[in-house]
Amino acid sequence: MRTTNHRPRSGSAFAGPRRRNRFLAASAVTALVLGVTSACGGGSDPTESAEQEQLAEGETLTITTFGEFGYDALIEEWNEANPDVQVEQTKVSLWDDWKNELNTLLQANEGLPDVVAVEGDFMPALVAAPERWVDLSSDEVEGRWLDFKEAAATTPDGALLGYATDAGPEAICYRSDLFKKAGLPTDRAEVAKLMGTWDDYYALGEKFVKALPNTAWYDASGSIAQAMLNQVEYPFEEADNTVNVENPELEAVYETVTSHTEALSTKNAQWSDDWNASYTNDGFATIPCPGWMRANIKTNTGEPAPKGVVWDIADVFPGGGGNWGGSYLTVPKSSTHQEEAQEFAAWITAPEQQAKVFEVTGNFPSQVEALEDPVVLESTDEYFNNAPAGEIYSNRAAAIDVQPYHGPLYSDILGKFQDAINRVDQGTDPGESWDKFLSEVEALQ
Amino acid sequence: MTHHAEPPAGDVATATDPAGGPSSPGGRDRRTRAAGSSTTPAAETRRLIRRQRRSRWDLKLSPYLYISPFFILFGLLGLYPLLYTGYLAFFDWNRAYYVRGDFVGLDNFRFVLTDPVFIKSLVNTFSIFLMSSVPQVILAVSIAALLDRNLRAKTFWRMSVLLPFVVAPTAAVLIFGSLFADQYGLINQFLESIGLQPILWHVDRWWSHLAISGMVNWRWTGYNTLIFLAAMQAVPRELYESAAIDGAGRVRQFLSVTLPMIRPTMIFVIITSTIGGLQIFTEPRLFDNTPNREGGPDHQYMTSTLYIYVKGIEDQFYGRASAAAWVLFLIIVGIAILNFAITRLLTRRSA
Repeated sequence: MRTTNHRPRSGSAFAGPRRRNRFLAASAVTALVLGVTSACGGGSDPTESAEQEQLAEGETLTITTFGEFGYDALIEEWNEANPDVQVEQTKVSLWDDWKNELNTLLQANEGLPDVVAVEGDFMPALVAAPERWVDLSSDEVEGRWLDFKEAAATTPDGALLGYATDAGPEAICYRSDLFKKAGLPTDRAEVAKLMGTWDDYYALGEKFVKALPNTAWYDASGSIAQAMLNQVEYPFEEADNTVNVENPELEAVYETVTSHTEALSTKNAQWSDDWNASYTNDGFATIPCPGWMRANIKTNTGEPAPKGVVWDIADVFPGGGGNWGGSYLTVPKSSTHQEEAQEFAAWITAPEQQAKVFEVTGNFPSQVEALEDPVVLESTDEYFNNAPAGEIYSNRAAAIDVQPYHGPLYSDILGKFQDAINRVDQGTDPGESWDKFLSEVEALQ
Repeated sequence: MTHHAEPPAGDVATATDPAGGPSSPGGRDRRTRAAGSSTTPAAETRRLIRRQRRSRWDLKLSPYLYISPFFILFGLLGLYPLLYTGYLAFFDWNRAYYVRGDFVGLDNFRFVLTDPVFIKSLVNTFSIFLMSSVPQVILAVSIAALLDRNLRAKTFWRMSVLLPFVVAPTAAVLIFGSLFADQYGLINQFLESIGLQPILWHVDRWWSHLAISGMVNWRWTGYNTLIFLAAMQAVPRELYESAAIDGAGRVRQFLSVTLPMIRPTMIFVIITSTIGGLQIFTEPRLFDNTPNREGGPDHQYMTSTLYIYVKGIEDQFYGRASAAAWVLFLIIVGIAILNFAITRLLTRRSA
């Protein structure tokens, strides 16, 4: 096995060529690295608009959405009416996944679709760095949306960077069969009267868990925290975008939520396996309920509902109104078909189209005219004990009186805040968890 | 290539002749014949010299061409990102505009090395690595030794240990997710049904490490088993016979014959599973069920690769993520060298 000893000796005879080869190899690697570096470094300026092209035969306009926008039928309708501008939709299941990919594509300035759907929480980041996006303002769409939706997509210079799709006015969805078991009223008007303020809501919860100790009052501490947060005017950032998380309003939300964790919460993280399972196991009785949440309730509880399970919607939200969620369609400057993209986005976010979406998925429109559309106003939801969903959500939209200010770091800090709430769910001391939150926010700046 | 008169057949013969070169007898042969032909000797010599040169280049160059695809890909996908990451680690990153910011010197390294979250992620990485790689190698060797016997339906047993490896990690995590769910998980429901306290898999740091390394072991043990099995089958059977004649039992044979004979394979498996074990990402990422997926709300099971992902892709601090990636890279290189040295030392001592 010692034959390997021969190798260096015979190798020495080739010392000349070998040294040359090594030199060759080294220079090849250097050339390669330099070549790649310059190839990547020489990208075009991402703030410059891409050169515009005609859609060629067989080429499509691309749009990427996440979750369920309810656009399948509408895109088919558009494609039939516009043979020259065929639209192709890509669906990503979760916003968080799409956000990561979107960030990566923005880094590369390559591979972005012509129309990009973004979550409302992400709009402040766009508004803070508007150079990558097409200004979509036009006479046609002026005044189309609820004021606060339009304002959230408008830069200080007046450029409109996104067309709003839906809004998320919140009501309370509740299990009326469990209310009955606990001896509480079940009629939706009576229930609404008992939850006018957060104090009322928590007090009713204490009463409920006393009667039914194995069922929590609400689905997750995180969703209640989000609901209360949506009524704070400056949750994380001041009007000039300086981060200020040590403000009394935010501290009050944190203290209230964490002090009720032990008695009233399922202590599950939202969207987790346990959270999904808690719908069918009588895990909780109430849940903050924007229009789009109904789709989640139906899937997780099961359709048709298991025997004895009765969901209902109360036309109330503790502490007034609140908006949770709602998305936008945007057009990046890297698109080579900006005009067509804008035209399509304007069409699909028009009141008539969004009223149809409401019927299909329950995503509540953010367009002023759609809110007065009889199709929307008169719709009822059979799954929720035939509740007049259209009327309830219109009332809830009208009740929104505070629009929280969202700066560019809003969605990042929100993630850390949810972590802090979840830590308390898992048994960490609230004070300790808060300190960790402060240091994590520090690390974001 | 201007000489059209050149017969193509001869060209091919020279190019494919592995011995074709100045000293090859074939070449000399042909030259003698060429001298007697009608073409001018000078032109013929030139032609031959060119052909010889070409065939020499062929000998010298073509092996490199054959192996070049790997090195080109490695350069593009391995070396370049590695070097560029090292470069980025010294720069700030403008999050809003997605461009490189100012040169900041060692600031990023300072941030990472003093970040309690990074330190925590390193501890988690090592804890999960030890809980997975060590039992994995021991288990794999033992199963391989069992499979090395004369079993009925050999192929069936051998292939079935590989089955978990074929399952996509994402699918595996879904299955394990319903096993390890804190409230309604199968394991906890079982524990509660026999009157025990449920285990908070996603809350307690060490239990979560155990659950994650369980997934890793489930996936990789079979793979390593097959590698060990291949090595064991190469051990000459006579050695076992003479050991048996000397009176060695099964266990003694395993310890004194099998283990020393498969040592090179041992080194290979230990080093690859060290590198893999220090880069665990998919399992903790998908095991997490909080919306943020940063290795638990308290980062109980955030590994260092997950930290790099969160810092870079989610929080958009490319400079800090690059610095963390280089710190992790150096740690892995260090440990791989250490591993190599230890196993070599052991080999030498017993040799």
